[in-house]
Amino acid sequence: MAYDPVLYSRMLTELTLGFHIIFATIGVGVPIMIALAEWTGIRRGDPYYTLMARRWARGFVITVAVGVVTGTAIGLQLSLLWPSFMRIAGQAIALPLFLETFAFFFEAIFLGIYLYTWDRFKKPITHFLLVIPVIIGSSMSAFFITTVNAFMNMPQGFKLKDGAITDIQPLVAMFNPATPTKVSHVLASSYMTCAFILAAIAAYSLLKKRNNLYHRKALKLTMTAALIFSISTALIGDLSGKFLAKYQPEKLAAAEWHFETANKVPLVLGGILTKDNEIKYGLKLPYALSILAGDSPYAKVQGLNATPVNERPPLFVHYLFDSMVTIGIFLAFLSMLYLWMVRKFKNGKYPRWLLRLIVWSGPLAMLGIEFGWVYAEVGRQPWILRGYMKTHEGATTSTHVDLMLVLFCLLYFVLGFTAIKVLSKLFKNSKVHEELIAVGIEKEGDEPR
Amino acid sequence: MSYEILGITVLWIFLYGYLIVASIDFGAGFFSYFAHVTGKKHLVQKVIERYLNPVWEVTNVFLVFFFVGIIGFFPETAYYYGTSLLVPGSVAIILLAIRGAYYAFGNYGQKQNSLYIFLYGASGLLIPASLSTVLTISEGGFMTVTDGKIVFLFSKLFTSTYSWSVVLLALVSVLYISAMFLTYYAAKAKDDGALIIVRGYALGWAPPTILCSLLVFFAINQHNPGHYANMLSLSWMFVASFLCFLIAIYLVWNKTAYGWAFILVMLQFAFAFFGYGASHLPYVLYPYITIHRNITSDAMAISLITAFIAGLCLLIPSIYLLMRLFLFNAGYVQGNSKKGD
Repeated sequence: MAYDPVLYSRMLTELTLGFHIIFATIGVGVPIMIALAEWTGIRRGDPYYTLMARRWARGFVITVAVGVVTGTAIGLQLSLLWPSFMRIAGQAIALPLFLETFAFFFEAIFLGIYLYTWDRFKKPITHFLLVIPVIIGSSMSAFFITTVNAFMNMPQGFKLKDGAITDIQPLVAMFNPATPTKVSHVLASSYMTCAFILAAIAAYSLLKKRNNLYHRKALKLTMTAALIFSISTALIGDLSGKFLAKYQPEKLAAAEWHFETANKVPLVLGGILTKDNEIKYGLKLPYALSILAGDSPYAKVQGLNATPVNERPPLFVHYLFDSMVTIGIFLAFLSMLYLWMVRKFKNGKYPRWLLRLIVWSGPLAMLGIEFGWVYAEVGRQPWILRGYMKTHEGATTSTHVDLMLVLFCLLYFVLGFTAIKVLSKLFKNSKVHEELIAVGIEKEGDEPR
Repeated sequence: MSYEILGITVLWIFLYGYLIVASIDFGAGFFSYFAHVTGKKHLVQKVIERYLNPVWEVTNVFLVFFFVGIIGFFPETAYYYGTSLLVPGSVAIILLAIRGAYYAFGNYGQKQNSLYIFLYGASGLLIPASLSTVLTISEGGFMTVTDGKIVFLFSKLFTSTYSWSVVLLALVSVLYISAMFLTYYAAKAKDDGALIIVRGYALGWAPPTILCSLLVFFAINQHNPGHYANMLSLSWMFVASFLCFLIAIYLVWNKTAYGWAFILVMLQFAFAFFGYGASHLPYVLYPYITIHRNITSDAMAISLITAFIAGLCLLIPSIYLLMRLFLFNAGYVQGNSKKGD
């Protein structure tokens, strides 16, 4: 492969972001789940939930550390790999970037306090209150950074004249049309993913040790949250589709292989595309795309042919979009199924196939996040600033990007590997049952309830 | 005060904040490893850990804050520094990543692991070296611009006396600042075993720090005489810095007032750092970027400053709370924090 700084810059950015969003998602969603558990524990006077919050928080720190360092990496890489882009965009999006660090700062301070004050206050509610700034900090930093990404999709609030940028309106740039749907979809899907990840851990433990009360409680809490979050994610996803139809029709058209502008457009699931853009083997849902895009079976949907050939996104994004949506729908149904089963199996002996499905739900949800982001990002190619700057105009001209790519590959491999090792060791070394005995909830010799 | 002066002052304060907290952190990591190797770990480990555990994440934010802020206020820096710093910047990121992650792995994962402690300690010394490259480059002479394309001159950087003297200064001052802080902290924790050791580190690293400072001072004269002349016109700041150094060492030598000694160390670096910064103006990157020519628009400058003030209103009480609960909490520092304090 010939050396091409643009290609390598794209690969390195994809690699860093792809790795970072795993930990960023956990960083946004898990504090909510920790708070839910601690709150339930206080409200019901049930020490099982308090222990749950504690154990989750312990693992959470490890993921936060990796999230922080990879977040620092992407922050610096923006300027290192895309200097020409940052020279223009840096002026328009400095505000949300700056605010994001404040939110991060706020979260960092209170996370430190939260972790080291479990036994320091007389009233448990005082400690619970400390998790709220952590939630605010993590969700706000997701909010601000997503407005930056929304700006890249819908740049506004500035004028570009001969490469110079003027008339900047920071708030107009920040609250662009893509911001509401993007931010809410990111937040809801992060909450949902974390609920499923923690549910997966509980289900995994239940598969090994049937009918353990702690894990049953954990499963019920996480799956209930998962249901609410997955339904909100789906509803917001629908709004995102309508946003695309209105503002970024080429992205939606590429996702749906929709070429000719028309009414009553079907939605295509799967399939392959022939050389002359004919869809084969796909499952066509009549009117569905019109409903998705315009709320009516007769709505007109702009096709890809309306976009100049050199401004069209690659067509493989169809599969990413399909996978994301399929995963989302499957997970929403799974959480409904679980809640229905809870009522049926009051003794807590859920069928093993259900637990196995829930174990898969965690990784699947994370995969859905990855697919969604790759779709969102590749779907706006060839633009780095849609309508203003092409991706190749923003990249560095430096001659060492390929070497850096190799170094970062190694780094993420080592970090990922150690994080998994440390996390699994952390929980293997401290069994729930032993901890329950240590805090006096269960007794030695008891069968785990 | 104009926006650009206000902006660069705010950023410089943050960089100074990072210099202090990161030095404590990096040095502590190295001392922790050093004590581990020399078999004195049981003596100093507790003091170091008790300080670092709740604050390591906050340290990182100072750095992020600085580089996001400088791009906001002076977007041209993203272009020039971004292109030229790809390699040293990436190396710094990788080291920071290893250090941050392995700190958490080593401390929150249950068993202490020698490899993790080594990675954490060693990276702590290499990061200041790689980060200080930015200051070196800012003096100019390490890049050329031909046909609008920036070419970074690696060989010049590697063979320059000036760049090596900066690296040296970064290394020794990290160890010096950290040892002085740990001396104060150990005294506060009434941990005499640790105090003897870290006080030795502090006194040991003091002479090299001042020697390296002098070296850098004269190396700037060779590399960028204009800057050196500016520094001479602000010479009172460097004299004040030296006086603070002398008093701090005197106090530690006499085993009194460790708290004041550390405040004097902070003043020593404040005078030197702000003297250096003020004399560097108006250039952010000599001779390409000045603070006047390439500032961001007024609208963005105003909103950044507003955001900054709003942020401070949030941060100062939070940092105060953090300090009350951990740094300045006698019970916590001495390791017997229980309910109700």
